[in-house]
Amino acid sequence: MDYFLQQVINGLQIGFVYALIALGYTMVYGVVGLINFAHGDVFMVGAFIGLYAIGKYHLPLFAVFLLATIGCAVLAVVMERVAYRPLRQAPRIASLITAIGVSLFLEYFTALNQVFGPNFYSFPRPFAVSSWGPGDISLTNIQAIIFLVTLSCLGALQFIVRRTRVGRAMRAVSFDPVTAGLVGVDVNRVISITFGLGAALAGVGGVLYGIAYPQVNTFMGVMPGLKAFTAAVLGGIGSIPGAVLGALIMGQSETLASAYLSSTYRDGIAFVILIGVLLLRPTGILGAAKTEKV
Amino acid sequence: MKRMTAVLAAALLLSGCRAQTANEIRIGLITPLTGDVKTFGESVKNAFEMAVDEANRAGGVAGMKIAFVVVDDRNDPTEASNAANLLINRHKVHAIVGSVTSKATIPVSDLAQGSKIPAITPSATNPKVTVADGKRKDFMFRACFIDPFQGRVMSRFARETLRKEKAAVLFDASNDYSKGIAEFFGNDFKDLGGKVVAYESYGKDDVDFSPLLTKIKASGADVLFLPDYYNKVGLIAKQAREKGIKATLIGPDGWDSPDLVKIAGDAVEGGYFSNHYSPEDTRPEVAGWVKKYREKFGQTPDALGTLAYDATNLLLDAIRKAGGNDPLKIREALAAIKGFKGVTGEFTIDGNGDAVKSAVILRIVDGRQKFVKVVDP
Repeated sequence: MDYFLQQVINGLQIGFVYALIALGYTMVYGVVGLINFAHGDVFMVGAFIGLYAIGKYHLPLFAVFLLATIGCAVLAVVMERVAYRPLRQAPRIASLITAIGVSLFLEYFTALNQVFGPNFYSFPRPFAVSSWGPGDISLTNIQAIIFLVTLSCLGALQFIVRRTRVGRAMRAVSFDPVTAGLVGVDVNRVISITFGLGAALAGVGGVLYGIAYPQVNTFMGVMPGLKAFTAAVLGGIGSIPGAVLGALIMGQSETLASAYLSSTYRDGIAFVILIGVLLLRPTGILGAAKTEKV
Repeated sequence: MKRMTAVLAAALLLSGCRAQTANEIRIGLITPLTGDVKTFGESVKNAFEMAVDEANRAGGVAGMKIAFVVVDDRNDPTEASNAANLLINRHKVHAIVGSVTSKATIPVSDLAQGSKIPAITPSATNPKVTVADGKRKDFMFRACFIDPFQGRVMSRFARETLRKEKAAVLFDASNDYSKGIAEFFGNDFKDLGGKVVAYESYGKDDVDFSPLLTKIKASGADVLFLPDYYNKVGLIAKQAREKGIKATLIGPDGWDSPDLVKIAGDAVEGGYFSNHYSPEDTRPEVAGWVKKYREKFGQTPDALGTLAYDATNLLLDAIRKAGGNDPLKIREALAAIKGFKGVTGEFTIDGNGDAVKSAVILRIVDGRQKFVKVVDP
């Protein structure tokens, strides 16, 4: 039983990190209908901001998160303005390919020696690791911070989307951008804010990831990005609670597959679950079916 | 259309007029200067250039000067084959030194074999580098021992010296080197009467090992074998200690980097690994080499650099015996090497193109590598 509980805690740790990234995918998709493949790389930039803020300038943890959020939000807003906005009326495939291009650009541009460099860097721990727990179960302070930070980000996001004017505008644009524009919503501004919010969460995720798995490189966003994207689809892309649910399912299935079967099945199981869910519910677990208006 | 022809003609002209004089020996070096095993690549490059410089200053080899080209492979098999193609087809090298790790060297060995250009890797230890499907790639050589030997050295050490009963093995299933050595270690450990209580794998990009480590902790292993390069080992070691695993950590030559302790800190303290040489060795060749390297680069040479120095000198010796830059003759001379005295010991190339050599076991004490013992083949 201890073993099971410990593995569940392990799964929650990785699941919550996936959730922070998955939220960005799902928000942008919900509002613009674009799968922003560069989102995993924004997450990477967040981790590097954390690396410099902690390693070079020894800033307190709070300031590190703040810097990473702002940095990533600015990056995403610029990205949207330069790469995606000019293509908003173009066929969807054009935006999708642009997103892949932006992703590759971020990976290779930041790998230049003048930017972050092509190497693996060890991420400094801003605090010593300690753990508590009865018997064989242990919860480390890193895990506690991940749970705490992710849950408060989620709370803040739910509040913004459900209870503020900006949130209402986002929901309106998501529902119907043309009509929203007609009734006075500044659609471009709302889309920028959506990109910024999603990226801010990815920035927090990047710093948490760096603290938990203390090694960063410019390609580190690829795998988590892919997993988080899968999680968003699993939960129902476009749905905020769905992204979190999907991420937690991904985290648990990966961890429990490693724990009770073999580690080689790990990624396989996660994707089998995805295929199964999509066969039964093509819009994902919490996704709403959209009717095409003719 | 006219413009295109002009551009094409210019391109042809440019590629045709690279300065390649007949009276020189061109050697290419393939080494990872960036990426996850950067420290390996850097010391290999330093040592290679040092060996070539020394030979050139002594008047060249077989009456000719040595020209060289260095290409970065990022420890990526695709990049390594691009590098080999570039060296063979564009720079028309007569011999290749490289690459450094097994996964990058395997494609290089196939290309060298196909183009009949002799190649010697300083440090790729997987058997598949020189032999594939029971067939010897006779243009490929190496200046180091192979993984079955390394696996046996560490399993015997864990069983007989450390008296461990239960071993856990955690390896990268996508890496030939890691997978091969995990298998050799596991089988030998069982043959020696030990139990392998956990045998788990991860993928190249994984950074979260907590489910596997929780499993290993529950298995009650008293020794954990980590056959991978220092970057991954550092991450795993750190997480293992955070999970409360107290088992002794042991590993192969991939641990040999000053960065291991930088990444893992206390987590690898007291761990043991097998290696090709120890800078603490008192033989005059070693002492002279360590002094020379320290003067030039300001740090103690690691095993990878030292092997690269030996591999380059082996190749130069073969060129000397071949009396020129004919790749076929160089190959023959390499295959016939016997009793060559290098820094890491005496080299005799066996029928598979592998060097028969002893290994050393090192221990990490206070963040530094301490010599423990020599194990003969």
